[in-house]
Amino acid sequence: MINEFFQDGPSRVDGRAKVTGTATYVAEHRFPNMAYGYLVQSTIARGRILEIDAAEAEKQPGVVKVLSHLNLQKLALPERPAGTIPRPFYALTSPDVLFNAQPIAVVVADTFEQARFAASLVKVKYEQAPHQTDLEKAVSSAFTSGREQADRGTPAEAFAASEFKVEAEYTIPIEHHNAMEPHATVANWTDGKLTVYDKTQGIQGTTGYLASAFGIDRSNIRVLSPFVGGAFGAALRPGPNLIVAAMASREVKRPVKVVYSRRQLATAHGYRPESIQTLKISANKDGKLTSIIHEAVHNTSAHENFSESLVGVSRNLYSCPNVRTVAKIARTDLQTPLWMRAPGMVSGAWALESALDELSYKLKIDPMQLRLINYAETDPESGRPFSSKELRECYKQAAERFGWSKRKPEPRSMRDGKLLVGWGMATGTWPASQAPASARVTLNLDGTVRVESGTTDIGPGTYTTMTIIAARTMGVQIEKVTFVLGDSELPPSPGQGGSTTTSSVGTAVQEACELVLKQLVEHANKMEGSPFVGVDPETVVAEDAAILVKGKPETKRKFADILRQNNLQNVSLLHRSTPDQGRRSRYTIASHAAQFVEVKVDEEIGRVRVTRAVQGTAAGRIVNPKGAHSQEMGGVVWGVGMALMEKTEIDHKLGRIMNPNLAGYHVPVNADIGEIETIFVVEVDEIVNPLGAKGLGELGLVGIPAAIANAVFHATGKRVRDLPITPDKLI
Amino acid sequence: MRPFAFKRAAAPADAVKFVAANRDARFIAGGTNLVDLIKEGVDSPNELVDISRLPLSTVRSMPGGGITIGALAKNTDTANHPIVRKDFPLLTQAILAGASPQIRNMATNGGNLMQRTRCHYFYDLATPCNKRQPGSGCAAKDGLNRYSAIFGWSDSCVAVHPSDMCVALAALDAMVNVQGMDGKTRTIKFTDFHRLPEASPEKDNTLAHGELIVSIDVPKNNFAANSYYLKVRDRASYAFALVSVAAALHVERGTIRSARLALGGVAHKPWRAAAAESFLAGKRAEIGVFQQAAELAVKDAKPLSENGYKVKLAQRAVAKALGRAANL
Ligand SMILES: Cc1cc2nc3c(=O)[nH]c(=O)nc-3n(C[C@H](O)[C@H](O)[C@H](O)COP(=O)(O)OP(=O)(O)OC[C@H]3O[C@@H](n4cnc5c(N)ncnc54)[C@H](O)[C@@H]3O)c2cc1C
Repeated sequence: MINEFFQDGPSRVDGRAKVTGTATYVAEHRFPNMAYGYLVQSTIARGRILEIDAAEAEKQPGVVKVLSHLNLQKLALPERPAGTIPRPFYALTSPDVLFNAQPIAVVVADTFEQARFAASLVKVKYEQAPHQTDLEKAVSSAFTSGREQADRGTPAEAFAASEFKVEAEYTIPIEHHNAMEPHATVANWTDGKLTVYDKTQGIQGTTGYLASAFGIDRSNIRVLSPFVGGAFGAALRPGPNLIVAAMASREVKRPVKVVYSRRQLATAHGYRPESIQTLKISANKDGKLTSIIHEAVHNTSAHENFSESLVGVSRNLYSCPNVRTVAKIARTDLQTPLWMRAPGMVSGAWALESALDELSYKLKIDPMQLRLINYAETDPESGRPFSSKELRECYKQAAERFGWSKRKPEPRSMRDGKLLVGWGMATGTWPASQAPASARVTLNLDGTVRVESGTTDIGPGTYTTMTIIAARTMGVQIEKVTFVLGDSELPPSPGQGGSTTTSSVGTAVQEACELVLKQLVEHANKMEGSPFVGVDPETVVAEDAAILVKGKPETKRKFADILRQNNLQNVSLLHRSTPDQGRRSRYTIASHAAQFVEVKVDEEIGRVRVTRAVQGTAAGRIVNPKGAHSQEMGGVVWGVGMALMEKTEIDHKLGRIMNPNLAGYHVPVNADIGEIETIFVVEVDEIVNPLGAKGLGELGLVGIPAAIANAVFHATGKRVRDLPITPDKLI
Repeated sequence: MRPFAFKRAAAPADAVKFVAANRDARFIAGGTNLVDLIKEGVDSPNELVDISRLPLSTVRSMPGGGITIGALAKNTDTANHPIVRKDFPLLTQAILAGASPQIRNMATNGGNLMQRTRCHYFYDLATPCNKRQPGSGCAAKDGLNRYSAIFGWSDSCVAVHPSDMCVALAALDAMVNVQGMDGKTRTIKFTDFHRLPEASPEKDNTLAHGELIVSIDVPKNNFAANSYYLKVRDRASYAFALVSVAAALHVERGTIRSARLALGGVAHKPWRAAAAESFLAGKRAEIGVFQQAAELAVKDAKPLSENGYKVKLAQRAVAKALGRAANL
């Protein structure tokens, strides 16, 4: 019972609410008698709190209490002595300072302004310990991240024996998500029950976290997160705001709101870790890769072993007989890193796709051609077939649209007046996972359809995508469908991360709708003269709020009539969908992209502009075309930021992040962005999930930083291997 | 944020009186800088005197042919004023290179002169900064100083003045008219308005506490046909200058009669390149000459650990801006 999806998709169903301000974000929620909590952060990077002097602060008008590990009721967590790893950070539970700007107290007051002012009066005494925040220095004691994989073939020997090779080091600084919406929580305890509005990507995870922290049953906790103002991974782990607001509310017996300020946000959550990667790659004279040796180290914190896979991309993006990957992490006295859009993959691809570009010049082979020569027809790591892989078509269509064939191979050979022009490209990939998810679908007598699932929409358009899936499956108009998410009382679904929501929740929604249609058939069959008796259910379709045997308009039975005849107000069911792991495991399942960019460089002053980008994307069925276009466009914008300007600046002497605001941490503005075209190639995938849809929210970014650096090289003859490519590195 | 009293001045003299009487009082105009500083705790006045409704926002020609710009005229209105656009395009370009349209719509000219440095340490109360807290030290000098000064810094401060508008005003020999306690107006040469940090970086300029900027005069000049403001920054808009150059030439039949050159993002004040200016006078307006002038402009630069690039960048930017000014 699958209908074809709209060609030109509808616009965001939540767009109007967002632009008119009726979509309320966490910090906008109020409760009667609510108090405001303002965080006090540490001013040292490592050590112990000896004393918190809150006397002056507590004297201020409106101040209810200054809370810290010294006076807060303990959490229900097992003791983990200092030095235990992992020892996840729970704010205000210990005198230990693990990183600079760590929350160490919260001032609770009647108004936000009172709390903020009083927070400036809290005096703290520390016993300071030496810290290390510099990865370059910490790297000498790096250790394996536990992502070891056996060598494929004999990489060292192959590299040594090769005539054409590249050996280079690529670095990326710490980057922060800088979502528009700050981390925030409103917590309210009443009669032993806890309700929170929280900025989160995962309702279930947040509920579980609170349950274990406070030692109460999940059924006593309600988590709401109906609108999230961008998160990009930053809200995949509960932030200190959550636990602090909940602890403070329990203590002062009032609802408490805790909102991070922009400056404080830099340590409210993790960040893309700083990384140093060494690539050794070699090829024979025809361009066939003979070895890839990819070593990567990135920072983690002193108290947890966070690791992401930077080297994975080198194991399966290209066909190569000899591969070695080494993945290490090193301790720094910083907040623990966290996933940030295309985690690991974009960092690894930055190195691999840059190195391949370097190799293409040594070989005098066109960079795209080099990638085609090494095209992986099957997964080179596992030997399994791909469930589908239209990457070749991506190269073809995007290159054609871009005009790649007119590229002059020599660096510095293309100009626009005084500006140097460079064309660069890279490949992107992202695994297409699917997780169990559930949805409740209710078809009402009035023709409306309510679909509920406890997922979140951090911006990609989940509201819209799910509405489209339900409307098309049920054969009703978009306007008839209401999709509800962001509440722990809804059917449980996974958090929004890893570009898996459409695949997981979308499948649950589609299957639930199909089950509703099946029930309708059964109800219809209870009536005399039902046209569906004995008919193969697969041939029954839905359209115009009715079911019918495909191609037989005379069999059409209106939903409303069926319900009425059965004396039903609605048909409603809850469905839990589980991936067909047996089938999926026989394949490698991933989305792919070919990414082309043009830069224009004013060499005198080192100014780079990304004037054009074309993204060719193969991500299975495109369920929400406008949303997909926005995501791939957003990937380019993000890539421009990563390639040219984003960097979290740390003063290593102070062990402190020094540009924690949007004036000091640069993300692209409109003026930085040129033309962006997106192409979605046809890719039919019957393995990935019943929807046939793969994720694309992260994919669009993966190759962009490398493509830009490659274009800069083509324009200028300068290879920058240290992001971001700011003017000082080009003059 | 510390609680503060809020007053609205009915006349310039009132404003001066209120602020002069209280060390912890500040004028507030557009508020685009001051409010941020208060929110961050960098400044904590206990009294704000709103001057935004004072009648100091006109832009008009002076009898001698120059222009006088009200201290409370908005940056946007100043940049787009027909006389400014026609006779002082360097000023238009410089203002429009700064901040964002939204901020320029709020920002006043007086506030632009008085805006404070963007040095990371100045903004972070947990770090030493002599400008914010005299005697606490300068963390930037041996710390993150990619954005810091290459000219005129001292051991106590390496911060740069962030304004774009001021770079053009310095190049154009502007004068700042200020009103003091005695009700009289005094005039300060623009190039003397901001100061070098020396041992007292807490003082950005030579204005006394309570003195009110009422207007800025820009004298008549012959630069309108040949001037250019070049700003190099980390993104296309909405970023402070790594280096900026205001170049103005009076060219007659290919020969430079006189030249004005000022740099931004390189010192505690807009930096006039006097040696380069005198070198240019009388020379042909051509690339080779501009390159020599550019070399002179950075001759005395003293870069710090992370901003050596600024010397090269400034040199190239000067040559380029002069070239653009000469329409080459
Ligand atoms: C994100 C951001 C980016 C920016 N980017 C740039 C940029 O790229 N280039 C650039 O040049 N500027 C930039 N600016 C700065 C902007 O130009 C200034 O904030 C603005 O000009 C200040 O004017 P205001 O009227 O808002 O001053 P206010 O904030 O009201 O006041 C600033 C200071 O000036 C004092 N003051 C104001 N008027 C007078 C007066 N008449 N007499 C005496 N003292 C007075 C006040 O007491 C206060 O101390 C940026 C600002 C922001 C917030």
